[in-house]
Amino acid sequence: MSGGEPLVTLSGVSVALDGLPVLDRIELTIHRGEIVTVVGPNGSGKSTLVRSIVGSIPTTGGSLRRARGLRIGYVPQRLAIDPSMPVTVERFMNLPRRRPAGEVARALAEAGLPGVQRQQIAGLSGGQLQRVLLARALLDSPDLLILDEATAGLDQPAVAAFYARIEAVRAAQGCAVLMVSHDLQIVMRASDRVVCLNGHVCCEGTPEIVSSSPAYHRLFGRDTAETLALYRHHHTHSHDGPCADHAHGEDAA
Amino acid sequence: MLNDFMIRAALAGIGLAIACAPLGCFVVWRRMAYFGDATAHAALLGVALSLALAVPLFPAVIVVALAMAAAVASLTGRGHASDTILGVLSHAALAAGLVAVSLVPGVRSDLNAYLFGDILAVTRGDLVTIWLGAAAVVGLLAWRWSALLLSTLSPEMAVAAGIRPRLEQWALNIALALVVAAGIRIVGALLISAMLIIPAAAARPLSRTPEGMAVATAALGMAGVVGGLAAAWTQDSPTGPTIVCAVAVLFVLTNFAASLKPRRKGTNIRL
Repeated sequence: MSGGEPLVTLSGVSVALDGLPVLDRIELTIHRGEIVTVVGPNGSGKSTLVRSIVGSIPTTGGSLRRARGLRIGYVPQRLAIDPSMPVTVERFMNLPRRRPAGEVARALAEAGLPGVQRQQIAGLSGGQLQRVLLARALLDSPDLLILDEATAGLDQPAVAAFYARIEAVRAAQGCAVLMVSHDLQIVMRASDRVVCLNGHVCCEGTPEIVSSSPAYHRLFGRDTAETLALYRHHHTHSHDGPCADHAHGEDAA
Repeated sequence: MLNDFMIRAALAGIGLAIACAPLGCFVVWRRMAYFGDATAHAALLGVALSLALAVPLFPAVIVVALAMAAAVASLTGRGHASDTILGVLSHAALAAGLVAVSLVPGVRSDLNAYLFGDILAVTRGDLVTIWLGAAAVVGLLAWRWSALLLSTLSPEMAVAAGIRPRLEQWALNIALALVVAAGIRIVGALLISAMLIIPAAAARPLSRTPEGMAVATAALGMAGVVGGLAAAWTQDSPTGPTIVCAVAVLFVLTNFAASLKPRRKGTNIRL
């Protein structure tokens, strides 16, 4: 999994937003072809982390290195599209560069949405929009595909279909995938590596290692109330097992 | 009715409508309406500057409009909502402009021309300024068009594609300064943002793509200018406000026509 030069290397990266520290000394390396998932409670800095890697948020400390000529495909959680802006799917697929009509049609067909070119973006359902966003991100054959809570608001079958497609894309194109997600069950199946984040990296490893660690169970709970566990994590922040050997800053107090 | 000054007025108004079209679309898409207002109000400070220092109006207004944009950019994200910042700057600049103009001897009588415009007094020199300004605005926005569209839809997606949204924002700021400087003599500081917003809002129901909306906005803006001029001529009403009334009528018509059509799938808001 770790062949060749890493695509992205974060060493001791810190990020502050409006003067408030959000990320603290993050160490993370992403290699070609691997699927890395970032999980963590609300406000743990997941989106800040991926936006720093994309380059839209400046880091305030440490070093963030991207491989030279790295092509990033970014799939946002949603589009800030104002209803006052008319955009067809076809126009959207041609941003920022014009592409041959055949290429766009093929990409949409592969995404399972043949013939939607003339529909308005704002009129797509949540699942359709996600597939269009992914298809557009893939047009550039990215080295690194970044999904920022890309499945928020989708129902379970749609989420499962979305991750199946991500794995198929990785297999076909060989790109690395970095995703932020709440869908723990599916994430554990689909990822090569899981990073538990809570301002700092709490816990990192293969899904097997992470899911067998007591820290992971404390983090997300054994019961079905996964979302509750996400919140509880913040208040009962102590680890033992493989993830115990690090300092906990503000949470230790 | 084809007097020289009417032809000059129509040419000036059409030039302004063309410049306002692509910019007005972004003003509407990015919810910058209040920002356009604030910049236009600040332009009065530029008028005072130009009168006091005896420098040409056009560059003086551009400098003040760009200073306004820089002030907004540096104050945003420091604990105030952006509409509060715009409200402070807009009204302060308008008031300061009014005070400053009153301190310059011998221009009090002119003030209406800068607040409400005087399209019938447009000279050949003004026409050259307006059309060069319009060409610069259209050229600038055509050059940055795709980058601006993607920055508007998703700043993160734009960054991932190698675009810098903050830099693109300055293309809009510069275009806005140019439009305000060119338009202050035509419709005046108080009504110029009406020419940015109303034609674009009128074009929305007719459009399927961003480019289509820009073209429809230009067409409606030009129709409003010609219709408003004709109405002002026959009714002997003030021309600037009459032009704005004409585009407002077009807004009502296009939106009413759209509401009569059966709602197509894809025009409703579902995000």
